Amino acid sequence: MRAADLTTAFVLIAGGVLVIWDSLRIGIGWGTDGPKSGFFPFWLGVIMVGACLVIAAKAFRSADRTPFIRPGAIEPVLKVLLPATAFVLATPWLGLYVATTLYTAAYMRWIGRHSWLSVIVVSVTVSAVTFYVFEIWFLVPMPKGPLETYLGY
Amino acid sequence: MGFENLLLGFQIALQPHNLLLAVIGIALGTIIGVLPGLGGANGVAILLPLTFSMPPTSAIILLTSLYWGALFGGAITSILFNIPGEPWSVATTFDGFPMARNGQGGQALTAAFTSSFVGALFAVVLITLFAPLLAEVALKFGPPEFFAIQLLTFSSFVGLGGGSALKSLVSILIGFILAAVGLDIVTGTLRMTFGFTDLMKGFDFIVAVIGLFGIGEILLTMEEGLSFRGASAKIKPRVVWETWRTLPRYWRTFLRSCFIGFWMGFKPGGATPASFMSYSFAKRFSKHPESFGQGDIEGVVAPETAAHAAGGASLLPMITLGIPGSPTAAVMLGGLIIWGLQPGPMLFKEKPEFVWGLIASMYTGNVIGVIMVLAFVPLFAAILRVPFAILTPLIVSVCAVGAYSVNGRMIDIWYMLIFGVIGYVFKKLDYPLAPLVLALVLGDLAENALRQSLIMSQGSLLILLERPISGAITIVALFFFALPAITPWWRRLRGLPAPAVSPRET
Repeated sequence: MRAADLTTAFVLIAGGVLVIWDSLRIGIGWGTDGPKSGFFPFWLGVIMVGACLVIAAKAFRSADRTPFIRPGAIEPVLKVLLPATAFVLATPWLGLYVATTLYTAAYMRWIGRHSWLSVIVVSVTVSAVTFYVFEIWFLVPMPKGPLETYLGY
Repeated sequence: MGFENLLLGFQIALQPHNLLLAVIGIALGTIIGVLPGLGGANGVAILLPLTFSMPPTSAIILLTSLYWGALFGGAITSILFNIPGEPWSVATTFDGFPMARNGQGGQALTAAFTSSFVGALFAVVLITLFAPLLAEVALKFGPPEFFAIQLLTFSSFVGLGGGSALKSLVSILIGFILAAVGLDIVTGTLRMTFGFTDLMKGFDFIVAVIGLFGIGEILLTMEEGLSFRGASAKIKPRVVWETWRTLPRYWRTFLRSCFIGFWMGFKPGGATPASFMSYSFAKRFSKHPESFGQGDIEGVVAPETAAHAAGGASLLPMITLGIPGSPTAAVMLGGLIIWGLQPGPMLFKEKPEFVWGLIASMYTGNVIGVIMVLAFVPLFAAILRVPFAILTPLIVSVCAVGAYSVNGRMIDIWYMLIFGVIGYVFKKLDYPLAPLVLALVLGDLAENALRQSLIMSQGSLLILLERPISGAITIVALFFFALPAITPWWRRLRGLPAPAVSPRET
């Protein structure tokens, strides 16, 4: 926890410095008709850097050596995160609906070890219902791919 | 004077179309409340883009019903599965789950739903009475007063939120900074875009909510390991009736919990501490405190009543002042802005049909809600028996759909994923997420209020202290900000022991 706490604090300090730097660039003083655009973010950045320095100092002195994540728990977390990332990567190419079908099917098969029949039924139903609700019912367009083009949507 | 307004509201809320929306909202909300990883704030955020084309009154009725449904759903998982769906249902598990294990699940659920109903109704009645008065006062507010109220809102997270005060402060600042990214509409300057065109439109709070609460929550649940071994979920009408006959015995607990809930919930981040406080009060005043934790029905009544009174109360500052009292209220407030309404006291003057339709729908929504959950508990509980290998991709793809539909931009789905990881890390390191979301929603409003105040005073921050109302509020806010620094010193002075770590709102 100590290492993670320190890392987060330093990432936030770096972010704060970036905010301060950008605010100084656009001006933090008084413009022609009120405070300039950088005024508000500048002070946010300053306070954040200050607060994070104190958090980092506290974390540095702490004796909490428990790991950020239990060794056995890394796998289940990655098992969610990696397929989800693959799903997001695939969406612009395949369209959201095909990506959802493949994602649900793959996840059910490899992680859940469901039978192929239930895999196919569930994954196709999920996408079909999503498609109906969003494209037909609420008229909210989702990213589409070659399959939807082929079907004429 | 409030009465005919309320009547007007009921005419709107009781239209068949709006009643149907309330039913849909409660059904969806209960499902969302039962599912791990999809809480009230999240559900409202995902559904929000679908309401853009609806009339605002119908839209807000749908979303508030969803909110009530999510509150009810949290009770189901706490009692039957010992999984608190929401942080404010944690206290409900103390006695609810033992009751369900002893075969009294029906009694526990009936007590929980009835208490929720009583708590929410109490809050709605107080909203009906006080909202117009508060709005009347707030109409006289200028920019300094509004900025002072914003300060008070955020100071109460720092001073009263529990956990690390510095980390609460940092969360607030991150929210404000993210809100400032992109085009500054007042001056037309680009801020913190660093040359990336994608950053010009800034970060949408809906995407942030979906990522932080949705994806982040799934990662956390997976790490803790899911095990849904639930008790039976049958409710017989006879059990409901018999439980109702015993409940009036606890009128003192009901009343006390209502007041605790409303008082805590009116301030931001109040529902969770309210439910814990109410539970411990009930235990302290009980004639048989040793039965608490073993399955005492009073231990279900107290936290549920308080949590729902608080949940209702958090809507009061949202409709009167434009300051949300909870992350869910914050998302709804963002919705108001998107529907083209100006949140704040002017709503009562300009859109009475909206405000009173909303208030009346809180009555109808709760009545429909309590009937629906009592009737369909087994159905809702069955959702948790769906294997997690189906639930996980389902929740992730619903979140992705919600994030994309906000602006129709692919990058928002990436932001959602990144916010998910941030939410996971922050939750583990005790950085609270609720103030971050509130700051992200209120960022522009707060900055404009500060700007206008400074223009009024020619650049002097003292204007916040010089005007009587804003001065008083600012002093209270500064006191709350200083509270975490004062408390240890005060305790040492009096020779008191260090306090136990207080529970944290999400």
